[in-house]
Amino acid sequence: MSELKLMKGNEALAEAAIRVGADAYFGYPITPQSEVIEYLMTERPELRTGMVVLQAESEIAAINMVYGAASTGKKVMTSSSSPGISLKLEGISYLAGAELPAVIVNVVRGGPGLGTIQPSQADYFQSVKGGGHGDYKLYVLAPASVQEMADFVEDAFDIAFKYRAPVLILSDGLIGQMMEKVILKDQKPRMTDDELIEKYGSWAVTGRTNRERNIITSLDLESEKMEKRVHRLMAKYEQMEKEDLRFEKIQCDDAEYLIVAYGSSARISQKAVELAREKGIKVGLLRPITLFPFPKQPLLELAKQVKGILSVELNAGQMVEDVQLSVQFKVPVEHFGRTGGIIHTPEEVLEALEQKIIK
Amino acid sequence: MDILDIIKPENQVFCKTKLMTETPLSYCPGCGHGTAHNLTMEVIDEMGIVEETIGVAPVGCSVLAYDFMNIDITQAAHGRAPAVATAIARCWPDKYVFTYQGDGDLAAIGTGETIHTCNRGENIVIIFVNNGIYGMTGGQMAPTTLEGMLSSTSPYGREIKTMGSPIRMTELVANLPGVYYATRQSVHTHKHARKAKKAIRKAFENTRLKKGLSFIEIVSNCNSGWKMTPIEANIWMEEHMFSYFPLGDIKVDGKLK
Repeated sequence: MSELKLMKGNEALAEAAIRVGADAYFGYPITPQSEVIEYLMTERPELRTGMVVLQAESEIAAINMVYGAASTGKKVMTSSSSPGISLKLEGISYLAGAELPAVIVNVVRGGPGLGTIQPSQADYFQSVKGGGHGDYKLYVLAPASVQEMADFVEDAFDIAFKYRAPVLILSDGLIGQMMEKVILKDQKPRMTDDELIEKYGSWAVTGRTNRERNIITSLDLESEKMEKRVHRLMAKYEQMEKEDLRFEKIQCDDAEYLIVAYGSSARISQKAVELAREKGIKVGLLRPITLFPFPKQPLLELAKQVKGILSVELNAGQMVEDVQLSVQFKVPVEHFGRTGGIIHTPEEVLEALEQKIIK
Repeated sequence: MDILDIIKPENQVFCKTKLMTETPLSYCPGCGHGTAHNLTMEVIDEMGIVEETIGVAPVGCSVLAYDFMNIDITQAAHGRAPAVATAIARCWPDKYVFTYQGDGDLAAIGTGETIHTCNRGENIVIIFVNNGIYGMTGGQMAPTTLEGMLSSTSPYGREIKTMGSPIRMTELVANLPGVYYATRQSVHTHKHARKAKKAIRKAFENTRLKKGLSFIEIVSNCNSGWKMTPIEANIWMEEHMFSYFPLGDIKVDGKLK
């Protein structure tokens, strides 16, 4: 039975991982996402579904455990926060290169360096422009509520296995820590080992039976082969752009001005849209739900309609570059955002819109 | 009896290891890796466990182990093979999971993963080939490079004061309760190879009995990295490596020797 609960974003995500039938979670504590592993350890999913949960000795070990489990076709997940994700990037690049399905969660805090433990969206570039070394991208989902923290776990696994590629859930300290009501879906059974071998036996390393051996690697010493691998990855990303782009338009139909914002910033901006409309300013909000693929075409369409666009982000200006590229500089695009873990208010967003765009 | 009678299967006293592929080995002539590969594959074949075995290859000379071992195998990031193997063993508790790593991989960049995987007593086998140098990248100093030994990054010899002492990983991990079996072997003579094979067999039997972690160090040569002929390298290994890295069991059935 689905269940209505009051939960923190991090807890909802952890519970959703159990319910979606994940096989394993490997993680390392870091604020503001430690509730994920704490919840999993408390819930004893090994008794509920047989899911493996292990606290690794480092973020690096955790992501390589993910690589190991993913090599065998298991549904595996890890979570961390900004400095920890930096440590995981080598492993994430290997996951992309070796074409392995996995879900990685970043509950972002302010940076650079050790930064702050307060919410931030300063890892946008790291998330959508690759992050680790080499030609690869991550499919990036940006939840804006506790409900989406739960729902996106299943969506992320679906995409990860559809493309055999790592998927990132890019949350932040606000969505991870806040409590909201959440509807949790029914428990799905974990795949049995036999079902897994039946489904993924063509590539997963599960022990060589009556078939050619399976090899998982990201190494191709011959350049021609390596280029083929890169082309294969690029084809996946192209397909993602065609088939799996997600975004939400809020009050855009009659909008004269547009705010673009994702995650917690989108929630704040939604209130700013309300405040603006109370003052008679027709503002709409475009919320990218996937940050890669990015809603380029929808933005280009809206650029024909609006007089200016404000990119609202909890950072010093990152997504604004993608907004500018999307609208091909047809309308003025400005950035507004607080940094260092400070969360802007709807009033500040409206003021920025009036000063930078409406003038 | 002519030659065709002699080469009939029933007359064969040896054959190519069944679980080695037809791919020519990429190792230098005289290198111990080929023998270590062979012995590992022979054990898996003789135990009849190929369908249940998952290998983890490292970064280093044996990064291409998957080209030679005809088993399911995943290739890990540099030093992370024990973490990769941990997850596989946890998700597939009835499988035989082993890592095959060199000294740079296991004892330098992957020290953290090595120590913690051993400490958790994961039910896996770690095969650690120690040739005291970075072979693949062209002969740089390894954590196991001996004092005074020349390498491209210790061109005047390893100096303990500035570069630290060569690390004895097997003794180090043997002190962790999670390690059930720790031994140091070599494969440079038939006698030593036979002993090493017994040790590898014992390690995989330990996995079968779910005893925890088995750690097998194989002290080996690197004639190209050491700038010696294969024969000179083996003599040098016996004279210098074995005194610092003495052969034999260090921990058996959970008890230190």
